[in-house]
Amino acid sequence: MSGARLGPWIVVGLAALYFVLPLIATFEFSLSMLRGTWSFEAYRVVFADPAFRQTFGFSVLAALATIVLGALLVVPTAYWVRLRFPRLRALIEFVTLLPLVIPAIVLVFGYLRLYNSSSWLPFTGSAWGTNLLLVFGYVVLSLPYMYRAVDTGMGAIDIRTLTEAAESLGAKRRTILFQVILPNVRAAVLSGAFLSFAIVIGDFVIASLLNRPAFGPYLALIGQNRAYEPAALAVVAFAATWGCMGLLQLLGGRAPGSAAAPLRVRRKAIP
Amino acid sequence: MSFLDISGVSKSFGGNTVVRGFDLAVRRGEFISFLGPSGCGKTTMLRMVAGFEQPSAGRIVIDGEDVTHRPPNARRIGMVFQAYALFPNMSVGDNVAFGLKVAGRPAAERAKRVDEMLGLIKLAHLKDRYPYQLSGGQQQRVALARALAPSPRVLLLDEPLSALDAKIRVSLRTEIRALQRELGITTIFVTHDQEEALSISDRIVVMSEGRIEQCGTPHEIYNRPRTRFVAGFVGTLSLVEAEAEGAGSTVTVAGQPVTLAEPVAGSGRRPVTLAFRPEALKLDAGEGRINAIRGTVEAAEFLGSVVRLRVATPGGTLLADVFNSPAAPPPAPGETVVLHFAPGDVFALDGEGAAPAQAIAAE
Repeated sequence: MSGARLGPWIVVGLAALYFVLPLIATFEFSLSMLRGTWSFEAYRVVFADPAFRQTFGFSVLAALATIVLGALLVVPTAYWVRLRFPRLRALIEFVTLLPLVIPAIVLVFGYLRLYNSSSWLPFTGSAWGTNLLLVFGYVVLSLPYMYRAVDTGMGAIDIRTLTEAAESLGAKRRTILFQVILPNVRAAVLSGAFLSFAIVIGDFVIASLLNRPAFGPYLALIGQNRAYEPAALAVVAFAATWGCMGLLQLLGGRAPGSAAAPLRVRRKAIP
Repeated sequence: MSFLDISGVSKSFGGNTVVRGFDLAVRRGEFISFLGPSGCGKTTMLRMVAGFEQPSAGRIVIDGEDVTHRPPNARRIGMVFQAYALFPNMSVGDNVAFGLKVAGRPAAERAKRVDEMLGLIKLAHLKDRYPYQLSGGQQQRVALARALAPSPRVLLLDEPLSALDAKIRVSLRTEIRALQRELGITTIFVTHDQEEALSISDRIVVMSEGRIEQCGTPHEIYNRPRTRFVAGFVGTLSLVEAEAEGAGSTVTVAGQPVTLAEPVAGSGRRPVTLAFRPEALKLDAGEGRINAIRGTVEAAEFLGSVVRLRVATPGGTLLADVFNSPAAPPPAPGETVVLHFAPGDVFALDGEGAAPAQAIAAE
């Protein structure tokens, strides 16, 4: 019996090692900037660099814009497909999976050809336009995760009956979408948002080729020129990403009446 | 003129016609049930009144306004669904207020109306709860309050009791009827449960295969079913094969003469099917019970206030409900009994149809 229990634990342990070991090694290395002693010297250097704060702030902003835009695009699409065009679901799913198959570099080159400064829609003609293009690119990259999460979330509630109930009460489409459907797939949108966030923070290709001051290119630059700081940056980026996700969960997870708010549930259930 | 007018409505999905030539005039404040087996088109007809489906032909008029091509949110109807369909993200109070909020009513008026509605369904103390914290019966009452809050012209109930357990089902249907009477709201209630339909409706529309089989008061539907389908679907019925000869109102069941209230249609020597309600057959003569059929008791089922006997007769098996009496034990299986009934208690069904055994099984 103990043997039967041991097997799964070994597998879990190996998997944990696979994930955790590189992190620990990176962390250990980031602490050894000063010879012969462990210190946070590398972190001090990283935080003292204004470029770090600028690039990381830029990427966080881009990530938030990506999440908002992605949700605005995906939630109504998934809703309409499920409600009115269920036959198109397979096609839409295929389209949303394309970014996993087509490398980001192909996407960027496509963008540059289509939206360069001498094209009919010169997005790259200004910094703002390029930022916009960057966010569009991120929305595309996060599409597979966002769409899957939201579509699954919609499968879990009876959107057809909820829509009909709201319609019979006189509600119009927009009201139904924003007051009835969206709040009920909030948990799903959030889980899509986490993945989008991680993708944007970790992106190098699109930001680099569009020449935007994002965190990915900064990390690459430091990595080429320094020894200990990149390790510290990686740890900081890792922690910051998780921290931001936690914050999102905290801010967005307070959906009333949903299973995503266990504390509230327990408190409310006691009359 | 009637309040809700459905005239010549048909509905096809592809080549499949689910509602054919539906005509119905509903008076203001009337409680109508659509009754039929699943797939008979009753829910589709209700959804066309609600506006969720478009009729392929015909017109729907509410209070003089042709709503056939109006969207559901412009019809001022209230609807209650089998699956409750409360908004999970809103409290009970917000659910009830939703229709008023959408209509742009001021907050003070909304609050007043919500309290009023929750008072009506006696759930005022649950105003701040969320749907998942309520039982099924409570959720359905909230759904009812939500549908009624914006004062709809017609209330549509799509099998609202089917998901509830038996006890709640009975109490809630009484509550629905009381509320409907109090508010005087024109109501359509869809159900496949004949007992439900019989107990709360002003009129019942019995449907089969997209057609109206019969429309009438519960008393008419139960006692004077016009078609074999209605007779078999509503109430328990046992069928006995008999033979008619000539134009009179007397037929024979395995040689025993039986007098009917009305002459049997047709001429010459022909088979007829006689239909009996279990409560029409008694073990004693009297009160005009001039007919008698002899048979053997196959089983006696004790149901409390009544004993249901299964009696084998030469024409088929009959079910008879006799009152329980503490003084006399019910007949035992194997005993020979004589079942007495009046001419008005039996009706002849014409045409071929369900075999007697099937009719008994359909109770």
